[in-house]
Amino acid sequence: MSNLDAARFQMAYSLFFHMMFAALGVGMPLLMVIAEGLYLRTRKDTYRRLAKTWAKATGLLFAIGAVSGTALSFELGLLWPSFMEFAGSAIGPAFTLEGYAFFLEAIFLGLYLYGWDRLSPRGHWLTGVGIAFSGAMSSVLVTATNAWMQNPVGVETLVNDPANVDPWNMLFFGNSTWPLMAIHSTIATLAAVGFAVAGVYAWQMLKGKRDEIRKHGLTIAMAVGTIAAITMPLTGDLSAKVLAKNQPAKFAAMEALFETRKGAPLLVGGVPNVETGEISYGIEIPYALSFLAHGDFTSEVMGLDQVPRDQWANVPLVHYSFQIMVGAGVVMMLVGLYYAWLRWKRPDQILQSRRLHWILLLSSPLGYLALQTGWIVSEVGRQPWIVWEVMTTASAVTPSPGLMTSVIGFTTLYTLLAVVLVFLLRRLRHVQ
Amino acid sequence: MNTWLGLDPILAVGAVILLAILAYAVLGGADFGGGIWDLLATGPRREQHRLAIAKAMGPVWEANHVWIIFILVILFTVFPPAFKSLSIAFFGLFHFVLVGIVLRGAAFVFRANAETTSPSWRLWTQIFGAASLITPFLLGMAVGAVSGGGIRVSPAGVVTINAAQTWFSPVTIGIGLLTVALSAYLAAVYLTVETRGEMQEDFRKRSLWAGSVMFALAAILLPLIPTGSPHLWEHMASPLSAPPMVLGVLLAIVSALSVYRRNYGLARFAAVAQVLVILGGWAFGHWPYIIYPDVTAYNSATAIPAIRFLLNTLPFGLALLIPALWLLFKVFKGEHPQAETK
Repeated sequence: MSNLDAARFQMAYSLFFHMMFAALGVGMPLLMVIAEGLYLRTRKDTYRRLAKTWAKATGLLFAIGAVSGTALSFELGLLWPSFMEFAGSAIGPAFTLEGYAFFLEAIFLGLYLYGWDRLSPRGHWLTGVGIAFSGAMSSVLVTATNAWMQNPVGVETLVNDPANVDPWNMLFFGNSTWPLMAIHSTIATLAAVGFAVAGVYAWQMLKGKRDEIRKHGLTIAMAVGTIAAITMPLTGDLSAKVLAKNQPAKFAAMEALFETRKGAPLLVGGVPNVETGEISYGIEIPYALSFLAHGDFTSEVMGLDQVPRDQWANVPLVHYSFQIMVGAGVVMMLVGLYYAWLRWKRPDQILQSRRLHWILLLSSPLGYLALQTGWIVSEVGRQPWIVWEVMTTASAVTPSPGLMTSVIGFTTLYTLLAVVLVFLLRRLRHVQ
Repeated sequence: MNTWLGLDPILAVGAVILLAILAYAVLGGADFGGGIWDLLATGPRREQHRLAIAKAMGPVWEANHVWIIFILVILFTVFPPAFKSLSIAFFGLFHFVLVGIVLRGAAFVFRANAETTSPSWRLWTQIFGAASLITPFLLGMAVGAVSGGGIRVSPAGVVTINAAQTWFSPVTIGIGLLTVALSAYLAAVYLTVETRGEMQEDFRKRSLWAGSVMFALAAILLPLIPTGSPHLWEHMASPLSAPPMVLGVLLAIVSALSVYRRNYGLARFAAVAQVLVILGGWAFGHWPYIIYPDVTAYNSATAIPAIRFLLNTLPFGLALLIPALWLLFKVFKGEHPQAETK
């Protein structure tokens, strides 16, 4: 394995691992705050028990998210030193702001987890709000670093006239990729966590444990999951339009569009052959891609034929990941709507319907699937660039020997931790 | 030259990094130290020691840990070439630090739900303790290594390392060990404030042990510095640095004596001050170098906008952080915080 492949593998695995926990760091606090808020309002003890149980799980999971995030801030330099030399001052400001948000999140988490008996009920709940808010802000702010790698606004100034760089403009207000990416990926974490938690309760209900605490747990998780899942297609659609404008080559790879076309069709499924530029087994929806990309059925959509062959991303991987993300998103939206309909029309069925529980169990990994495949689209789709059309990933990689050792070491470490975590979470019981 | 509020902006960033390093040392350092005592826990009350340590760390360790992220972020935002060279020079060392950071965090929370008599408690205790011992040693070595002159960076950015002068230098290893001893000392002194009765006596004994080791290490290290790290020695030998050095020694004595006389509040204060003075002294000696002798803050600083951004947002960030941190420490770290809980 070359240094480049090894470094990419380590980065991908570290991000994949971190993303699982980072998403929980955004989503779980929201669930806890809702449960505890309902407890303060209704004084029903099941809500307090739910909040405490979720806090216990969060304490476990957040720690792994925090330490793997620390690891990532080192790995940026360890794996991509030349990238950090070139772009450190460009993306650093976003990391700085994210640092404050994450710091607050860690402080509020300490207060929340250990402060049940030391703070007033309202004060305790407010520290929970603090976690949920600063967690979401961390996600929104840190995404700006990635948005800049996708859409390096002001890079000419950075290179030619660095004294006149404007960090606010480059990362935030002048970067059209950032706001949608930030909102889209932050809501995605809520959908992922909502569906994952709902799945746990659905599974327990299938095993016959149909009590009030599980019903409340499922209801809160699905409220968050449903709202997130319904808003995802909207931000997804807007993201696609921005992407078609800012990164047409990546857009072409996602759609496996080999030829530039007016009135381009939308490809659903399909196996792209990068050698021949043909698609097998796909369904084409006429004109739909042109409409999705530019809001006009006859507009021209750039294909891969306008991208030099050595600058193509891994087209099949990006295309399949994109299809999986969209597919998972659509299914989650439908499941969310079905759940909302059932809850509205036949609320007694939430606890009784085996069909609902099976559907929720089967769809519980879909949020995470969409989250991870979405990041694959974003990151693999950016290749061969580390900074879009400015710096290649190959030129950024570390010259250090011994990368294979660190790859094996980290893969093993994270895999073992994941196994232990699953084991510990399975033993978790509702707090009395 | 560009200034920031009339100050040299690079010096201002240097001061911010120093503050973050100091905060990490007295807060994060004590967490590492807690882990070291967890590993070394012996005697009839050893599981009680471990529970007290876990109780002391639980609410604060994640927040204490964020300081190192800040240090890294400021480094790569303002001194990108220096960050690059450090990342290449410390490729192996930082990877071990990462394994240490990940393992100790994971082991700490994994252990929290286990029974003290179970095998999983023992396993996680060993991992937590070992990682808590090795990580500050490695971080201390990194501090020694950037002062030692064994890491050279060519004008083109090529990093070469003289291993004998870097990893195997007695000064580097000595600073690593001293960091471990300081962490252990801080933790033991903090725990004397946070516990009562027999436990308090136990941690008093441990403070005195760690303090003795610290004095011994410092005494061995000092004569090695002129040959092992001449650049640091040059600074230490100048008349200007005499007052802080005397102050550091005085504070160390005050702190140790206060432990001995069971005046734990004063001991904690003096121990913190001592660490601040020692690290501050190192930082003044090291400045303006980031990696001696080729990389300085001035030859690796980025253009002014990112520096301004960092300095301008800092007051707003601190305005959020300081009240939150104050609340965290007030709630969990008042006088005898563990005495009042059931």
